[in-house]
Amino acid sequence: MDSLIAIWENVPEALRIVIVILLKIIAILLPVIIAVAYTTFAERKIIGYMQVRCGPNRVGPKGWLQPIADVVKLMFKEIITPTRANRAVFFIAPMLALAPALAVWAVIPFWEGGVLSDINAGLLFVLAITSLDVFGIILAGWASNSKYAILSSMRVGAQVVAYEIAMGFALVGVLMLAGSLNLTEIVNAQAGGIQNWFVWPLFGLLVVYFISGVAETNRAPFDVAEGESEIVAGFHVEYSGMAFALFFLAEYASMLLISILTVLLFLGGWLSPFGATFVDVPLLGMILGDGIHWLFLKAFFFLVLYLWFRATFPRYRYDQIMRLGWKILIPVTLVWIFGIIIFKALQQLGVL
Amino acid sequence: MIASIKHFIKTFTLFELLQGLSITGKYFFKRKITIQYPEQKTPISPRFRGHHALRRYPNGEERCIACKLCEAACPALAITIDLEERADGTRRTTRYDIDMFKCIYCGFCEEACPVDAIVETQIFEYHFEERGDHVKTKEVLLAFGDKHEAEIAKHRVADAPYR
Repeated sequence: MDSLIAIWENVPEALRIVIVILLKIIAILLPVIIAVAYTTFAERKIIGYMQVRCGPNRVGPKGWLQPIADVVKLMFKEIITPTRANRAVFFIAPMLALAPALAVWAVIPFWEGGVLSDINAGLLFVLAITSLDVFGIILAGWASNSKYAILSSMRVGAQVVAYEIAMGFALVGVLMLAGSLNLTEIVNAQAGGIQNWFVWPLFGLLVVYFISGVAETNRAPFDVAEGESEIVAGFHVEYSGMAFALFFLAEYASMLLISILTVLLFLGGWLSPFGATFVDVPLLGMILGDGIHWLFLKAFFFLVLYLWFRATFPRYRYDQIMRLGWKILIPVTLVWIFGIIIFKALQQLGVL
Repeated sequence: MIASIKHFIKTFTLFELLQGLSITGKYFFKRKITIQYPEQKTPISPRFRGHHALRRYPNGEERCIACKLCEAACPALAITIDLEERADGTRRTTRYDIDMFKCIYCGFCEEACPVDAIVETQIFEYHFEERGDHVKTKEVLLAFGDKHEAEIAKHRVADAPYR
């Protein structure tokens, strides 16, 4: 032990910082990737249950090793490149899709101070990086040199642009109430029990945010990007093996991200709904007090909602998606924000 | 007017979407009726038409008298029969082949048989290991019948009142 500490102290200062950051990155991304694997399992199970089926239950006890079997299968599959594909872009595209989906986790706080980089413009960073996701998809569609893939990537492009606006506007409401772009501060602005969470004043924006989040991640019922019935599998028709798995990893990582962001922005993140009521009680205070378990519990609800949507709603038509995005969600957010502005103004004037 | 207000409220409260979610939510907790196949099996009728078998009389003599009624009845032309006259003057098959790839398991051969020689058993889980195994010869069919005679007899008794 002493010798280990001695070795550690001999490492140059700069290198030490890099090593600590790398370890933190692993500590965040490894659970994310495992969570992604088990989200696919949860998806198959939950959708199965809703269709009065059992879902996968053969690999391992109750099917719990299914995602591992899937990963092993995908790793050993051949990656086929279409002859007329642009090889370089074809292989860069999945990485371009995955990298932003993982990079965003850098600014996500898991508990008070439990964040890789606590930057001031955290929310802006999240918006900027999640927008980059779409590049990977568009390039994948283009590089595949397939008519279905290019159709799908064009749909994704238009859809993501449309819903990013509604999403951004929904966040403006949060910014106005929290008065900060830093995610930790946004959560702390909601401290003091369930009545202080932003859900209550911003319920409409929460709904809009989550709907546009579902559209952003190209999940059902907004999954025209892969509409099996008309364009086979969309932008990833030509992908197989690990390259295909990367797209899935990116999609599910974004799903987890949207769930956690919804909780951080509207539902008080890691804050307990009971506020500080139970803090002094031993043991019970640990469970009912603030902590990462609350974040996961709330995020899990939204993740289930994602899967629940997929089991319930038929896919929207493309023009319906555009109509919902531009003509309904954006006006709704604008009206809601206007309401908040009036509320804030009245508060400052001392009327309320 | 009232209708359009109603529509407006329904749209913005996501009423119909929530209705849909509640239905799938209810189904989530319904009892799952899937049969876990290799462990659980559905009950099979005595009339079930599976793998074929040729039967014998209790004294060990094969029942089939090579009348070729099954061959004639077979809509898929899956049965091929050759015959000879034995030294004791009886008529027996020298060849009785069923091509399991052609067979459609209609049960006409069983119905046509005047001596209950060719029957279809309840066994439907079987496979072929080598090329050509799908043509079941007389020896194979007789052996199959010998192996499952107890069961075959039982099911024929159970189904007798309805024949």
